[in-house]
Amino acid sequence: MKKDQNSETIPDSTNSKKPADSEQGKADGFSRRAFLAQLSAAGIAAATVPLIQPAIAGAPAMAAEPVADQQVPGAVTFVLNINGKDRNVSLEPRVTLLDVLREDLQLPGTKKGCDHGQCGACTVHVNGRRVNSCLSFAIMHQGDIIITIEGLAQKGELHPVQAAFLEHDGFQCGYCTSGQIMSAAALLKEPCGADDASVRECMSGNICRCGAYDNIIAAVQEARHSS
Amino acid sequence: MQAFEFVQVKTIDKALGAIGRPQAEAKFVAGGTTLIDLMKLNVERPKTVVDINGLPLDKIEPAPDGGLKIGAMVRNSDLAHNATVRQRFTVLSEALLSGASPQLRNMATTGGNLLQRTRCYYFRDTSYACNKREPGTGCSAIDGFNRIHAILGTSEHCIATHPSDMAVAMMALEATVLIQGSNGNRSVPLNEFYLLPGSTPERENVLGAGDLITHVTLPALADGTRSHYLKLRDRASYEFALASAAVVVSMNGNRIRRIRVALGGVGTRPWRSLEAERALEGREADEKNFRAAAEAALRGAKPLHDNAFKVELAKRAIVRTLKVTTSQTA
Repeated sequence: MKKDQNSETIPDSTNSKKPADSEQGKADGFSRRAFLAQLSAAGIAAATVPLIQPAIAGAPAMAAEPVADQQVPGAVTFVLNINGKDRNVSLEPRVTLLDVLREDLQLPGTKKGCDHGQCGACTVHVNGRRVNSCLSFAIMHQGDIIITIEGLAQKGELHPVQAAFLEHDGFQCGYCTSGQIMSAAALLKEPCGADDASVRECMSGNICRCGAYDNIIAAVQEARHSS
Repeated sequence: MQAFEFVQVKTIDKALGAIGRPQAEAKFVAGGTTLIDLMKLNVERPKTVVDINGLPLDKIEPAPDGGLKIGAMVRNSDLAHNATVRQRFTVLSEALLSGASPQLRNMATTGGNLLQRTRCYYFRDTSYACNKREPGTGCSAIDGFNRIHAILGTSEHCIATHPSDMAVAMMALEATVLIQGSNGNRSVPLNEFYLLPGSTPERENVLGAGDLITHVTLPALADGTRSHYLKLRDRASYEFALASAAVVVSMNGNRIRRIRVALGGVGTRPWRSLEAERALEGREADEKNFRAAAEAALRGAKPLHDNAFKVELAKRAIVRTLKVTTSQTA
């Protein structure tokens, strides 16, 4: 019997209380993301497919590192430390930190908004400071400590900023949210005035087309007061 | 973005060696906030990129004369939040914090900020003729949409505004740029560092192809000197200036003893206004004299089709900044 393809038919192992799963590249679980990835690899539009059991589909393990036979001319092999792990990459120098995270390291939580340092959606932490990953080459960051949104929660516990964003509904579409959260988390360690106007200024490098600013400010202030 | 050879250097000698070979067509990358932005647009197309983030030029130190010596690799955020800069060179801290965003300020460097390039949309778009980007092709802005362009220092070849806030504050602080190159070391007063476009808008400053900015020095300020930066723009933050003013002043009672005035957002280079200074030194700090100085500063302005409002806006920015600085308690 064919189930209605609009109903939730796939068991969801990306439990929102276990944010560490997204960092492990699904090596020990099967997620919606992996399922959709292997569907598009098979050339099947996800909207029209009947129910497929994960076990029968035999999804290939998501490759954590680039495969040798995909070597690009001019590529340089080096190591990046991301979210506490050393990751081997082989890239042309012109690949930005933003693109290596999203395209090569299966860390698409960092978003590409403008790609020119004008929106803040690509904000990550490099050596504890918030930066725009779109305006830096990956190869410049050997030896740096890089944290992305996927690495913010520690030991299964949400970061105070993440918890505050949930409590204050600090997002609508969610596209700017990774950058907002990374920016706010770094802001906790920067000089910034106590009032809302100061927080607006200190968060001015992250823009939100949905206009969730009031709730974002409230979330940031909550996180500042609780830490 | 076209491919390039990437080189990382850890010493000034290696940096000069890497940049010096003409065939290399090399550019330095520090924060990357200007270079990588323009490389994505194919406006900058170096064949070699030399990463100088490892150079030991990241200190802010007192200078022997009581001033400040700032390494070229000091990040804009570190410079802005430095206690000495905040307290004694306040205009510099205010100018830095008015610019860009916190993320960009964490990446951008002192040297890079001086060398940032115009935001002119025709310069940034390779579909348009641009004398600065490709000499001799024409200026699309003069008969185009020129709201953000300059009213001071323009020529018939180029009207592009210099966008830096930090450089305007440093002009008013009479900074000096220290440069090392294949021909040795030299120091250039910031007021002589930038070039007017004239008929060679592709040449923006006196650096040669093999040069590296190593430091910026600021002379000591007299006790009781007050300073302020005012930036006017369409949005409240995260945007370049339509007009801005930096004032550094020391008073004798209500009389102006010594004053420096620089303008941003309106010039083809960070604009030191000797005209305003001459109109104010020795005078009473009152609105009439402020207004007269503002008129003198903008007397040579050449407004364009879409930026005539900048003339009055710049005058009011000068008057307001003068009011703020001359009424501050030391």
